[in-house]
Amino acid sequence: MEGALNIGGKVINNRLFIGTGKFSSYPLMKEVLEAAEAAVVTVALRRVDAGSKTENILDYIPRNCIIMPNTSGARNSDEAVRIARLAKASGAGNWIKIEVIQDNKYLLPDNLETLKATEILAKEGFVVLPYMSPDLSIAKRLVSAGAAAVMPLGSPIGSNRGIKTKELVNIMVSEIKIPVIVDAGLGSPSDACKCMEMGCAAVLVNTAIAIADDPVNMARAFKEAVQAGRLAYLVGLSSIKDYASASSPLTGFLRE
Amino acid sequence: MKGNVPYLRKGMQEQKQLLELISPQAENYLEEMAQEARRLTLGNFGKVIQLYTPLYLSNYCENQCAYCGFNSKNEVPRKKLTLEEVEKEAAFISSTGLRHILILTGDSREMSPLSYIIDCLKVLRKYFSSLSAEIYALTESEYARIVSEGVDGLTIYQETYDEGVYDKVHVSGPKKDYLFRLNAPERALKSGMRNMNIGVLLGLNDWRREVFSLGLHAKYLQDKFPDAEIGVSIPRLRPHAGDFKIPFAVTNKNIVQIITALRIFLPRIGITLSTRESPEFRENLLPLGITRMSAGSSTRVGGRIAEYHEESDLPQFEVSDTRSVQEIKAMLAQKGYQPVLKDWI
Repeated sequence: MEGALNIGGKVINNRLFIGTGKFSSYPLMKEVLEAAEAAVVTVALRRVDAGSKTENILDYIPRNCIIMPNTSGARNSDEAVRIARLAKASGAGNWIKIEVIQDNKYLLPDNLETLKATEILAKEGFVVLPYMSPDLSIAKRLVSAGAAAVMPLGSPIGSNRGIKTKELVNIMVSEIKIPVIVDAGLGSPSDACKCMEMGCAAVLVNTAIAIADDPVNMARAFKEAVQAGRLAYLVGLSSIKDYASASSPLTGFLRE
Repeated sequence: MKGNVPYLRKGMQEQKQLLELISPQAENYLEEMAQEARRLTLGNFGKVIQLYTPLYLSNYCENQCAYCGFNSKNEVPRKKLTLEEVEKEAAFISSTGLRHILILTGDSREMSPLSYIIDCLKVLRKYFSSLSAEIYALTESEYARIVSEGVDGLTIYQETYDEGVYDKVHVSGPKKDYLFRLNAPERALKSGMRNMNIGVLLGLNDWRREVFSLGLHAKYLQDKFPDAEIGVSIPRLRPHAGDFKIPFAVTNKNIVQIITALRIFLPRIGITLSTRESPEFRENLLPLGITRMSAGSSTRVGGRIAEYHEESDLPQFEVSDTRSVQEIKAMLAQKGYQPVLKDWI
């Protein structure tokens, strides 16, 4: 019915991207990634201990996954660029999710610093996926700067509040020609499904899966919800009316 | 003034919320508070606990703090690690897998000057991803120096926010300057410190007064320095050398109320649990809001390396949880938590 998602020259067969923080163990995280048949996985470079024999998170990510290191902990573009370069040097590939946060209370991204880092890293040949507050004009600038996708938040990280930024993301989906991927805040499979019905290219989920009582089955539920939402988007949803259609219309007499 | 009224009102509401959470009446709702604290902690931090270990560089001290084993009046053997000994300790700690270390010194600019601390930092930087310091209060430019040497975290406890109690328990020494210590976190944050950990020493004063001040202090720092990570510790007085009697007993139930109240009041702050508490109690507190704990602790200077450990050495305080890093990791795994040994670059 449609071609697979393509980002940075790679074909991606699963539109559920998964974050790796917050799991109760690496073996459990691995089970989740396998159950969800994850294709793209984001890892905070700050948590990667490449020198460790037993504690290296990268050893628990299935080999067929694209690893997307993220710059968690960066407070400005300089720190994000430094972390991205370290990630590349450590052999984690050339994908990078830029995360620049100056606000530890709400964890909302700094769009201007994110744009600066995107400009630098895209020029250096990174496949750049910036995490951002949904804003059309910044998204357009990120496209010009060479971003491979844009990742607006649904609601604050870890809040599980769902797609509260729906109207702004909708505008981005209509106007931005590169993949729009909702990242952060999705709390339930129905939230993910909604994003996909809206035409988002993918979603990224971490907390809602990691802290579920049964993360493996929650990951399966998210995967199926993403597929259902994508299919519904491709078919085209019937238009939704705000009110019921009155069975006794006020202008019915005109047809009598 | 008129324009400030909504702001003042908001501040009052926040203060009232904290007061309610730590009130005697709230003791009737501890289970509900615990459930809410757990929900907030899971959403914000997940099922992970960050581990670190303290490294005592020196116990020379010019302060006479009534509650402390390193009190200058206590006749305990004094020791300062040489750089070779620092390297040995670092290599040992690093072999346990830990990548976060907290260095500590007594308050003596003569015996452990900033230049000595910086020399130690240069050695430690080779072994660890994150360096934190719990040392005497510095000036702003001194904090900038240690930040440039790779220190990303500072731990500095006010011990008590009550100026009268503070003056009484800090009998003499540089630490007697209440305001210089109170403003230390801000000086460090202005110098680019990423992580700031503040605390009170429970037992010195009525805990409700202290936790109220601690919560507001943490909130003030979080609001003023939004890019920093603010954390709190709530060490409880333990027996130590000397004859200090603990003036205000704090029960386990009180500790539960303190942790859950702080978590609900400030959902994003880090909360550290020290080895002063017993293994069993530490495990029970885990789900209530704890985000960091120490492991493989020794409060003796050079305590990890047997060859220069003397039986007569007295620690700063008694470690109640003496488990090794491996044992703590196994306990966390069994409780459904992932130990995070590295969380910075």
